[in-house]
Amino acid sequence: MSDEGQIYRISGPVVTAIGIDARMYDMCRVGDEGLLGEVIELHGDKAVIQVYEDTSGIRPGEPVINTGDTLSVQLGPGLLTQIYDGIQRPLATLEEKMGVFITRGVDADGLDMEKKWEFTATVKKGDEVSEGDTIGTVQETETILHKVMVPPGKEGTVESISSGEFNVTETVCTLSDGSELAMMQRWPVRSPRPYIRKHAPNIPLVTGQRILDFLFPLAKGGTAGIPGPFGSGKTVAQQALAKWSDAQIVVYIGCGERGNEMTEVLTEFPELIDPNTGLPLMNRTCMIANTSNMPVAAREASVYTGVTIAEFYRDMGYDVALMADSTSRWAEAMREISSRLEEMPGEEGYPAYLSSRLAEFYERSGRVETLGGDDGSISIIGAVSPPGGDISEPVSQGTLRIVKVFWGLDAGLARQRHFPAINWLQSYSLYPQSLDPWYRENIAADFPEVRTEISSLLQVEAELQEIVQLVGSDALPIDQQLTLEVARMIREYFLQQNAFHPVDTYSTLKLQYAMTKAILTFQEESKKAIAAGALLEDVVNVPARTTLMRARLEEGYLERMEELVGDMCSEIQAAAEVA
Amino acid sequence: MSVKEYRTITDVKGPLVFLTDTEPVAFGDIVTLRMADGTTKNGQVLDTSDDLVAVQVFEGTAGIDLGTGVTFLGDVFRLPVSKGLIGRILSGSGKPRDDGPEIVAEKNADIIGAAINPYSREMPEEFIQTGISAIDCCTTLVRGQKLPIFSASGLPHNDIALQIARQAKIISSDDPFIVVFCAMGITAEEYNFFVHDLERTGALENAVLFVNLADDPAVERLITPRLALTAAEYLAFEHDYHVLVIYTDMTNYCESLRQIGAAREEVPGRRGYPGYMYTDLAMLYERAGMVKGKKGSITQFPILTMPGDDITHPIPDLSGYITEGQVVISRELHQKGIYPPINVLPSLSRLMNAGIGEGKTREDHKSVSDQLYAAYAQGKELRGLVAIVGEDALNERDRQMLKFADIFEDKFLRQGRDEERTIIETLDLAWELLTNVNTKYLVRLDQKWIDKYHPTEKKE
Repeated sequence: MSDEGQIYRISGPVVTAIGIDARMYDMCRVGDEGLLGEVIELHGDKAVIQVYEDTSGIRPGEPVINTGDTLSVQLGPGLLTQIYDGIQRPLATLEEKMGVFITRGVDADGLDMEKKWEFTATVKKGDEVSEGDTIGTVQETETILHKVMVPPGKEGTVESISSGEFNVTETVCTLSDGSELAMMQRWPVRSPRPYIRKHAPNIPLVTGQRILDFLFPLAKGGTAGIPGPFGSGKTVAQQALAKWSDAQIVVYIGCGERGNEMTEVLTEFPELIDPNTGLPLMNRTCMIANTSNMPVAAREASVYTGVTIAEFYRDMGYDVALMADSTSRWAEAMREISSRLEEMPGEEGYPAYLSSRLAEFYERSGRVETLGGDDGSISIIGAVSPPGGDISEPVSQGTLRIVKVFWGLDAGLARQRHFPAINWLQSYSLYPQSLDPWYRENIAADFPEVRTEISSLLQVEAELQEIVQLVGSDALPIDQQLTLEVARMIREYFLQQNAFHPVDTYSTLKLQYAMTKAILTFQEESKKAIAAGALLEDVVNVPARTTLMRARLEEGYLERMEELVGDMCSEIQAAAEVA
Repeated sequence: MSVKEYRTITDVKGPLVFLTDTEPVAFGDIVTLRMADGTTKNGQVLDTSDDLVAVQVFEGTAGIDLGTGVTFLGDVFRLPVSKGLIGRILSGSGKPRDDGPEIVAEKNADIIGAAINPYSREMPEEFIQTGISAIDCCTTLVRGQKLPIFSASGLPHNDIALQIARQAKIISSDDPFIVVFCAMGITAEEYNFFVHDLERTGALENAVLFVNLADDPAVERLITPRLALTAAEYLAFEHDYHVLVIYTDMTNYCESLRQIGAAREEVPGRRGYPGYMYTDLAMLYERAGMVKGKKGSITQFPILTMPGDDITHPIPDLSGYITEGQVVISRELHQKGIYPPINVLPSLSRLMNAGIGEGKTREDHKSVSDQLYAAYAQGKELRGLVAIVGEDALNERDRQMLKFADIFEDKFLRQGRDEERTIIETLDLAWELLTNVNTKYLVRLDQKWIDKYHPTEKKE
């Protein structure tokens, strides 16, 4: 047995080698072209390797070399604004090396090894440093200050350190034990990076999407699943979150999805402006794109590559949002590999370990105290693409058992062009409990009560609608007809949000609160007016209400809110007086 | 590479042949099988090891016995390509089917095709006018898109596909589309219908046909679309053509995939289809697109028939997850005698927003399309209510919407098989039909477009 063996069998992306000394998850070079692969099973003297590139033309007898490393990513300045494939090869470099079509056998570093970065030391000779401590900083993009950290497992006294221009592999700092630190670290993707402890999730991740923030909020460090059939707007929702969530870093994993969608993100993000910093969104974004026709084994790895990069920025103390679109394609990659391994299948052909893999992945989220003593977080938002839109299938179920927020997309709503097509009756969030103190303190003291009122109105509407279907709305008593009008206002004015409209695409929490208050004011005033003898039609059709609703598409809406609501109230009161 | 002929077949099962005692054979190699009577078949290596090699035979295994000679050609499957392909009819495995000569290869292209680097793609945004109002206005097709037709047995999807092939054009340029037509498991009758129509309209001169008929071997269907796409890529990316690929019927392709999976004793996924069907379909559909630095483009129009009209069946379902929208054909509209019976409500074009508006179609396009959707959806929903409570129970608004739904189907959706409407004609027609609804109910229309385009309320 040695580090070099030979190929015994090839079946698609799965290659079996003999005569090789290998541990699980060792990286191997397969065949004469040295294709990258990873050991995923051992059978006596045989090692089963999943290969990240196309295996056509490889024959039994070709060499297999064990590199002894596990699948790792290169971590350091230069990750942001990049777009990688599933195993951290920059797509721009691949284009340079092999043209517009992805062939195989090309190696590419994840980080630019030549580029010089301006390193500023923040510790000095004689300082004691330990794992996770920041020893210096680099301005990675206009918005992000990259912290150069002592890698996990290292500590000591600083022997020498200097500011200046370095590339990522040059030594910037030497410790007393002789170990040399560079800006680049490597980390095996399948192992979570260490931290000290997890905090309770009590700060919301503000996304600017009204239905999400207001009714089904996600905490920083939380997990959310978005299942939905095709055409229900999963990708638009994911992209809206990537654009507007108030995370400082966004990692976007396009896992087994459409090529043109990644192109769209690539063309759009550099031009979009981050509402929180006023600079291009691309500055805080790192993308992993392994489209549906790229090798499946690399698709399986892409999710781990993405989450490891996210953890690296979390360790610097940043809030990271990670979008995985779609986890179903990731699960399918697992299924495909598993069936090549002839493993005993679980439900619907998925491997029996599907749910534990999903759980391990989502468990890498969380708001933590980092090794360096900062607070950082990773929020994970995973899209799920259930076959036929039926969420009783294994991936949806496996996801729902873990995530705390469920944003259920609804094909029916999408067909009515109600976007975001999130079903308000089925969706849920388990975070409001822990987030409410934050809302009371930062937005409004009665924020949670307003939310409860709004969601119960929607609930009541659903019950009333069942009656309306049978007898028509005219048969309802007047107060219930008003409830229907109020609920319609919640749906059309508040829940519907146009992701492609420059103003409507983002609403601050304060505005969201003001909008819901306006709805409740309308309800209250109308009740009074009707009690005073006004007709429902007159109250509902006051022009000031239409003006109030239309104005949400204009800039400076929050500032005009008070005036607009005032106008509406006086017109409703006037309607009562006429009566 | 030695060109040895092996006679070591041990098992033949469905489309698969297993043999032993070979020299190392490469994965994906092309294989020639020579039978006792001298005829040959082609196959490809699916699994290879020192002990056993599995070969999938494209033309079916009829006539193969344990004495059949097997030769490994040491190369992957390639299609000879050249501009001479244009105007030709080829079989499902790439052999001339018309009376023409063999294709003189300018090069031999690997039919599997490499993935386009997402970084190198160009965003599709050029409007393709199909001349069909329902598609042009509501589910707009753009160059480089993959937009399938979800149909079902007994519906006129072939007529629609042909009408699109005939009429598709880019407004801003005169470049014709080259149509690459790929038939998988269709009947001879359907095939003749296509060929006659293409001949009748002269489109055959600008087309390449790959034909696998219902009585051709099922496993050949797995390579037919790959040949078609290889030809399309060659014409698009090496000769700057804009290529429209029409394949019919994807359902037959998926059936073949299931057949091979079963023969290989793979663990089946939903409804017996292999678990990798998503990836396999993506390898076809994702070959649509536009690429930086190349003038040509590939637009795909796959046709699939939904078994039992069920859109959640794995074939339409997985397709819908990969393609950029879908055009859904409705049996209900067809039975009402409306052609083309396109149900716009579940139909969708994901790339529509990029391809419409000022400078592309017309500034009011989005607004008009949204309004048509909304009004038609409401009108259609009201039909159910009217059946229960009667039309008298409706208010004025609902009555107008109900009427609009009928007019929309009758005037907007309905058009002749040879009727070609420009996008301007389509939008003007939409405005004309919208006059049947009081403008105060048309909340999706911007006031400025009403002022400019509304036939009776515009301000000159």
